[in-house]
Amino acid sequence: MIRLEHVTKVYGETVAVNDLSIEIEKGEVCILIGPSGCGKTTTLRVTNRLLEPTSGHIFIDGRDICQIRPERLRRSIGYAIQSVGLFPHLTVAANIATVPELLHWGKDDIARRVEELLILVGLNPVEYAWKYPSQLSGGEAQRIGVARALAADPPILLMDEPFGAVDPLTRERLQAQFIRIQQELKKTVIMVTHDLDEAIRLADRIAIMELGRLVQYDTPETILSRPANKFVHDFVGTDRALKRLSRIGIGNFIRPCPSVKTSDSIKEVAAAIGSRRSVWVVNDEGRPIGWIDQSRLSESVTARETIFSGDIHEIALTNQATLREALSRMLGQGFKSIPVVDDKARLIGEITLHDVEAATADGEA
Amino acid sequence: MKEHRMRRWVLLALFSGLFIAVISSTGLWETTLRFLFPQESQVLHPRASLIVLVMEHLSLVAISSSLTILIGLPIGIWVTRPGGRNFLPLVTDLTSFGQTFPPVAVLALAVPMLGFGLPPTIAALFLYGLLPVVRNTIAGLSAVPPGSLETAYGMGMSQWQALFRVEIPLSARIILAGVRTSVVINIGTAMIGAVIGAGGLGSPIIAGLVQDNLAFILEGAIPAAMLAILADQLLANIEGSFAYPGQSP
Repeated sequence: MIRLEHVTKVYGETVAVNDLSIEIEKGEVCILIGPSGCGKTTTLRVTNRLLEPTSGHIFIDGRDICQIRPERLRRSIGYAIQSVGLFPHLTVAANIATVPELLHWGKDDIARRVEELLILVGLNPVEYAWKYPSQLSGGEAQRIGVARALAADPPILLMDEPFGAVDPLTRERLQAQFIRIQQELKKTVIMVTHDLDEAIRLADRIAIMELGRLVQYDTPETILSRPANKFVHDFVGTDRALKRLSRIGIGNFIRPCPSVKTSDSIKEVAAAIGSRRSVWVVNDEGRPIGWIDQSRLSESVTARETIFSGDIHEIALTNQATLREALSRMLGQGFKSIPVVDDKARLIGEITLHDVEAATADGEA
Repeated sequence: MKEHRMRRWVLLALFSGLFIAVISSTGLWETTLRFLFPQESQVLHPRASLIVLVMEHLSLVAISSSLTILIGLPIGIWVTRPGGRNFLPLVTDLTSFGQTFPPVAVLALAVPMLGFGLPPTIAALFLYGLLPVVRNTIAGLSAVPPGSLETAYGMGMSQWQALFRVEIPLSARIILAGVRTSVVINIGTAMIGAVIGAGGLGSPIIAGLVQDNLAFILEGAIPAAMLAILADQLLANIEGSFAYPGQSP
């Protein structure tokens, strides 16, 4: 657990951090966000004593960090910044081994740990261990940066825009990977970002800062539904209802729905549709392959003839998706419901526009 | 890349062998120079054999360059640390001044204090070679990416660890380029030592100039030029061994 008490950092005339008190629970991801110059990076840096606060105290697990030698403190805290932080003259393996080497681990232990971490971040050790940073793509370099921060298995991670310098697609993948790794390792993380969507996606709690002050510190849901003041309100933007949806998994909204097979007769299809507008068609493995519209029913005799197959894979969602993705597909396809599949691509139910609306309304209330 | 570097080392070894063979065969020099300058009664400098002159020259360069590196490198490191940063302008000015000051003038000033022979020559060469080493050390250390340095400290390196594990390896090529310039300049400038009796390849050249004997001049100039090229290549090879992929050349 990390606790900052009345921390102030002054540079000459400017107050970078102004009387900041914040508590980060063990195993939580706290994201510091705010406009540039709001003091978020300074806050991160006083936490591992790269900067000394002008006044105030910082406690880690109840211990005042100013009593711990900076080098020792930092070796027990993972630190990752944008990909430029990798040492260009060292191989990937040597980069990851930095902190274990500072801690005098044995050679074999280090080698084993490097391999383990490369696998954890999804890179093949045989292929990547001997590469140099310049031979990596932006996304790979950032993953190595995260692996290096995790090297000595520190309980705390400090990350300064760790997914900053990559394209949006890669960033999304890295975020998904971060969520997976965090679920597994349960580190206490303080991350700085200026990307609100990233914060909403990754954070357990978001700390919004303005001019060195903490304006609101709360869960993403609360920040989006109950902004503390006009600054937060403006900062989260007018599309906060939409942003909230990206925090909500579709899991709770999946409802069972009828489906028919291609071999079914029109009668069976009609029975399945009932009062609905359409019904999903699945193959023998239970995977959706298309749908049948109610209006087409009268025109043919077998299900096979009436199927719209469309690009069902573009439409179906997996059960890990968020309501925001569901809504986006509905709008994109002009559908009022979207089929949901499990990880083997089998139909498990559907999610309707009505449910998404209801979820949005909940938050506004 | 590795093979390419290997080839350069082999080539360097071959040429060094050739150089030693050439300077140690007095007969070859005598015959060639006599053929070129039949009018001269003497074609080889009588004071010492060529190999002795080369050894004298090399020791002049070795001592002064070692001093330059041993003192220049720490100065360059010191003025880029927080504790010495205030002295950065002063040190740059002084080392620049050391190079604008002609070595001959240093000799003239040093002789009354240090006498004749080796000490004043080494003092002059040392001062003259200091600038490239200090300048490149400062330039190299300042060019270390701030991100690398920040993570070095952020991961718990001490000042010394960051210096030896990150800063020096990252700036090694720039620093060594300064050393190379300094040594090559030194090989040429060490000629002046002969004026005040420090020996070296300058002796036959000075004697040749005084006696209007072109053969003597060539006896000094050709080995000196070869020496400079070999030293340049040797240091270039060492520099190359600090290269890493993606480094700007």
